[in-house]
Amino acid sequence: MADPVLTVDDLHVEFHTDDGVVKAVDGVTYELGKGEILAVLGESGSGKTVHARAVLRILDSPPAHITGGRAMLGDVNLFELDEADMREVRGARIAMLFQDPHTALDPVYTVGDQIVELLRLRRGISAKEARGQALELLERVGIPSPEGRLNAYPHQLSGGIAQRVMVAMAVALDPVLLLADEPTSSLDVTVQAQVLELLGSLVSETEMSMVLITHNLAVAVGLADRIAVMYAGQLVELGPAKEVYANPKHPYTAALLRSIPDIDRRDERLPAITGSPPNLLHAPSGCPFHPRCGYATEICPTAMPPLEEVGPDHLTACYHWDQVER
Amino acid sequence: MSDDLLPPPDTEVKPHSMTEALALPTGAKQLTLWGDVWRKLKRDKRFYVAAFLIAIFVLMAIAPFLFLTKDPNACPISDSTLPMSKQHWFGTDILGCDYYSRVIYGARTSLEVGLIVSSLSIVIALSFGAAAGYFGGWVDTVISRWADIWFSIPTILGALLVLTLFNGGGPVLVSLVIVMFAWPDMTRLVRSTVISGKSRGYVRAARTMGSRGRRILRRHVLPNGIAPVLVFAAYVVGSSVGAEAGLTFLGVGLRLPTISWGLQLAVADTRFPEDAYLMFWPSLFLCLLIGAFILLGESLRDAMDPKLFGGDG
Repeated sequence: MADPVLTVDDLHVEFHTDDGVVKAVDGVTYELGKGEILAVLGESGSGKTVHARAVLRILDSPPAHITGGRAMLGDVNLFELDEADMREVRGARIAMLFQDPHTALDPVYTVGDQIVELLRLRRGISAKEARGQALELLERVGIPSPEGRLNAYPHQLSGGIAQRVMVAMAVALDPVLLLADEPTSSLDVTVQAQVLELLGSLVSETEMSMVLITHNLAVAVGLADRIAVMYAGQLVELGPAKEVYANPKHPYTAALLRSIPDIDRRDERLPAITGSPPNLLHAPSGCPFHPRCGYATEICPTAMPPLEEVGPDHLTACYHWDQVER
Repeated sequence: MSDDLLPPPDTEVKPHSMTEALALPTGAKQLTLWGDVWRKLKRDKRFYVAAFLIAIFVLMAIAPFLFLTKDPNACPISDSTLPMSKQHWFGTDILGCDYYSRVIYGARTSLEVGLIVSSLSIVIALSFGAAAGYFGGWVDTVISRWADIWFSIPTILGALLVLTLFNGGGPVLVSLVIVMFAWPDMTRLVRSTVISGKSRGYVRAARTMGSRGRRILRRHVLPNGIAPVLVFAAYVVGSSVGAEAGLTFLGVGLRLPTISWGLQLAVADTRFPEDAYLMFWPSLFLCLLIGAFILLGESLRDAMDPKLFGGDG
């Protein structure tokens, strides 16, 4: 890829707990182009959130440690920056969006105060200018009657409006990259679609790139250019969204797709993935998915399969990818 | 302010969804968190009782002459231990001083001690407790273990020993000695409040927006964690007034010519039970003052609970 905005290269994150070492992210590699939306798909504990927090270096350490790899923003290795330079990156170059907007807003300040503070602190502009910009931002993210919202406290906002406020704060400093960590999971279904639509249009307007972390396949397919599927800290499939959706090559991705209810198949029992997500303290040997995989053979527990090119821009880490069907 | 939240009646605002439309304030006043606390306090009878008593005591401390007609230091010995009368509402003490005047003047000393101890405890707690909780690691270890050492010594016992060395002193010295043994309580409270506060979403969000640690502590963690500290500060005023009276009664606290309820009780003890009124009046005022601050603390706690105590509200 020419001039990727973000390059994650063989990223390793470990949690050192009293019970042992958890490899939360175990060798993740991908590139993200300008204006591109990459959906990182995975279940709880797959490392999708941890990998994003590692990129922004906001993991609590201890227990978390970045034990290997690089995260390049343009040609700057974020892991080599000192803390002061990293603070400059946060918000201004890379912004993050959280799952629950109500906990991400400080309850003791008004919405306006929080946006104004961010602008004054990072842009060095006057309170009056900042207030004007805050108003524009709220308008830009589609908040009705934004003047009144500036004086509202977070608990007075609905989830959808609160998340729009968070989006406004995330794009306030014109970042090149937005890490959206399950931005719609805590919202009503009707509001979810609107917030996703907003994110999509902001990306196309500003050429900002976005990593959309989600466990919702429909969300990933609907918004993303490419999909990365994570399982037990590893990247198991990466490819163009439509291609992954139509032609999954990893058994886990295929199983996920089968478990989406189809309105035309009314009476069938929805297939579930058997077994339970792996305990990363005692991760299975070889391919971590093999205990739950219908395609598994004796080779699977021996070693992790490498990421193989299985189509144009389509990578999969499975020994038996050529047998996998949707 | 509330009006511009609502669309003008003749325009039709297209709501983004049902839930968002419902969330538009329906003409209710914009309430800040503290505004909400104030609203709850105004409905609490205990708050009025506490505020009334504290206001009276503060007035007594600032302007005792408003309550008096007699000089508390004019003590004709011939008037010793006179009973209650129109002349001497509370009678006279053994030196012949007007007991009512003496008791009124005692409020100043008690409040002085209570406020010094409480505010010094807050200052210590907000610096050391907050640092320990926020930075953790060796900072926490040093501060917490140091606090544990002082915490393990009972306040009254420790203060008794130290004040014996000084052979008593004025209100400031007595306050400092009480703080010396009482500071760990509030420091531990602030430390634990900060620890629970720093894991909140808005703290993480502030970090992702590039705020630095000290700013996050000052601007987000402390304002959100100040409620339990204020409640505890009210208790500390009450308990340190009690501690001062206790130490003075034991003969190691305040000395004459300071006018103090503790000193009055010490003298009254020598005349008990025959002149029981000498014991009664300072005790009553002491109880009312301590009780008022405890009541204020409880009323504050209920008003701030649960929104400002880290709950979801």
